[in-house]
Amino acid sequence: MARIIIHQEAITDAAALKALCPFNALDYVNDYLEINAACKMCKLCVKKGPAGVFEWVEDTRPGIDKSLWQGIAVYVDHLEGRIHPVTLELIGKARELGGKIHQPIHAVFIGSGIRDGAEELLDYGVDHVHVYDDPALKHFRIEPYTAAFADCLNLVKPAIVLVGGTTIGRSLAPRAAARFRTGLTADCTFLDVQANTDLDQIRPAFGGNIMAHIFTPNHRPQFATVRYQIFSAPPRTERGLGVVHSRSLPAAALASGIQVLEVRRKETTRGLEDAEVIVVAGRAVKKAADLAMVERLAQLLNGKVAATRPMIEAGWVDARQQIGLSGRTVKPRLIITCGVSGAIQFVAGMNNSDCIVAINSDPKATIFNVAHYGIIGDIYEILPALIQRLEGREATLETLAAVTA
Amino acid sequence: MKIVVCIKQVPGTSEVEVDEKTGVLKRDGVDSKLNPYDLYALETALRIKQAHGATVQAISMGPPQAGQVLREAYMMGVDEGVLLTDRRFAGADVLATAYALSQGIRKSGMPDLIICGKMTTDGDTAQVGPEIAEFLDLPHVANVLRILEVGAEAITVEMDMAATVEVARVQYPCLITVEKGICQPRLPSFRLKLQTRDRAVPQLTLDDLPDQDAGHYGLNGSPTQVKRIFPPAVNADHEMWTGAGPDLAARLGDRLQQLKFV
Repeated sequence: MARIIIHQEAITDAAALKALCPFNALDYVNDYLEINAACKMCKLCVKKGPAGVFEWVEDTRPGIDKSLWQGIAVYVDHLEGRIHPVTLELIGKARELGGKIHQPIHAVFIGSGIRDGAEELLDYGVDHVHVYDDPALKHFRIEPYTAAFADCLNLVKPAIVLVGGTTIGRSLAPRAAARFRTGLTADCTFLDVQANTDLDQIRPAFGGNIMAHIFTPNHRPQFATVRYQIFSAPPRTERGLGVVHSRSLPAAALASGIQVLEVRRKETTRGLEDAEVIVVAGRAVKKAADLAMVERLAQLLNGKVAATRPMIEAGWVDARQQIGLSGRTVKPRLIITCGVSGAIQFVAGMNNSDCIVAINSDPKATIFNVAHYGIIGDIYEILPALIQRLEGREATLETLAAVTA
Repeated sequence: MKIVVCIKQVPGTSEVEVDEKTGVLKRDGVDSKLNPYDLYALETALRIKQAHGATVQAISMGPPQAGQVLREAYMMGVDEGVLLTDRRFAGADVLATAYALSQGIRKSGMPDLIICGKMTTDGDTAQVGPEIAEFLDLPHVANVLRILEVGAEAITVEMDMAATVEVARVQYPCLITVEKGICQPRLPSFRLKLQTRDRAVPQLTLDDLPDQDAGHYGLNGSPTQVKRIFPPAVNADHEMWTGAGPDLAARLGDRLQQLKFV
């Protein structure tokens, strides 16, 4: 067991010691320096304190036999049998990791009437697809799904379990991880594997202000969730040598305290906050009619149009589309600002976006400070050319679809 | 009916920095506050209490100072509070946190309903709620958008399933995690502040819990370990492009394709 011991006799400068801890976990109680419950076990006092005062004591725990846990399992996220693309991305990552440690890839497919989709997974290089196909698994209900998932993991004993960071994955993964009393790292943005199958996981915390490198040194399996579009899906290949296994559960394991009464498809109208792609019109747009090119670009990228305050005040754009302190705060995957100078009030409403592309003719525009891609140029030259290019691609795809149909 | 709400004290801002030398979060001078998502969980519980009658208990784990968020819960109308605080809980990851809270809930008497916020603003994992449900062997439903009916034996909720909205009836005892926006949280009341001024925040240590094996809590009960923390590579791929309009457009088109936006 790990703990920090304070050697009171070695203390010389009492006041300085208290200040060592950034969490105020060092306190004097009856003239003795003590560690209170605010301690984070960060060991800063051990590392930075005067020699001999703080001691880190760790009893060696028996190490688990990691060779008993082999392979990488991927949970197959789907809606009524249609496989969510995050699953393929995870299979791609699993194959990459599996290649390094020479271990097989398992897919765990749980649902009702899903057998056909299971065959499809073999095309992506999965070695074993485990199918739990039962009418009781038609709706995602946590107890039977966890039972099926855990059943498979007990059977396969994988070293690593990857789950999509979807609504279902974020409910199922913690449940299963807790059942195995093992570690789960949510929303990983980077994964790698050591020769001993230890998984290196990197994830953001504090709203992305901090990155943490996490590992699970003495527990198996190691659970990680990854959001959609973090990794790349592998190309579909010739049918491999993978096998589909039909699995089943006893009726008792399929019982649930949850009864799904109704399932409604969501309306597709979404607000600016939910948009994955946003194209913003700024002051460089000279007249209302020119907004058409901003709208067209947004359309081609499957995104929404937004604007800065002057555009709203001019009455060219609806107030609901304003980004900034007096408007909406957005965090899309992609935001393209067109002729936006980057006033702090605006930037505060969008600077957490995943990818910021700024187009502005003024090289000194402050928007470039937050941009990932700063493009110095005139929107009247760039946007029409870009639109033409994207339209060309769209046309090619349509032709392709027509040919292959 | 008894409802337990799990709450957490978090840093007042997510604008935290990492000390480059020590690799430790700089929290000096950073205020603490109640995790904003927990306000929705508290409000949901208090509305059920008002409409149907219930005892609402808030539970938290943290340093003694975290008692402050339980006081705030009192000011909103929560009846009881309990703080799990012990050095041996320190350094807990998701598993150890959820386990300690589940033990605290067992100790205080199993409720009919447990309500958690969607996630915390410091950990951002949204995983503690489902793990508590697992440790207590309860059904759980995440992403609850609306409470439709609070019955004698079950609660009927509307939940967000990404592509669909589902209505589910969940038998007690159960756990739900609620979305931001399920309701408008009330402000702490001055009247309640005065009324609850002397109400203590009971504390539980490891010695009070049903499972007293220190190996199941804190750093020792945490399967995951943080190897290091570091600032994100802000604009690591920061690029400035200059050139003729059409060339820039072509380059941007290629990049958008590469980044899978088209």
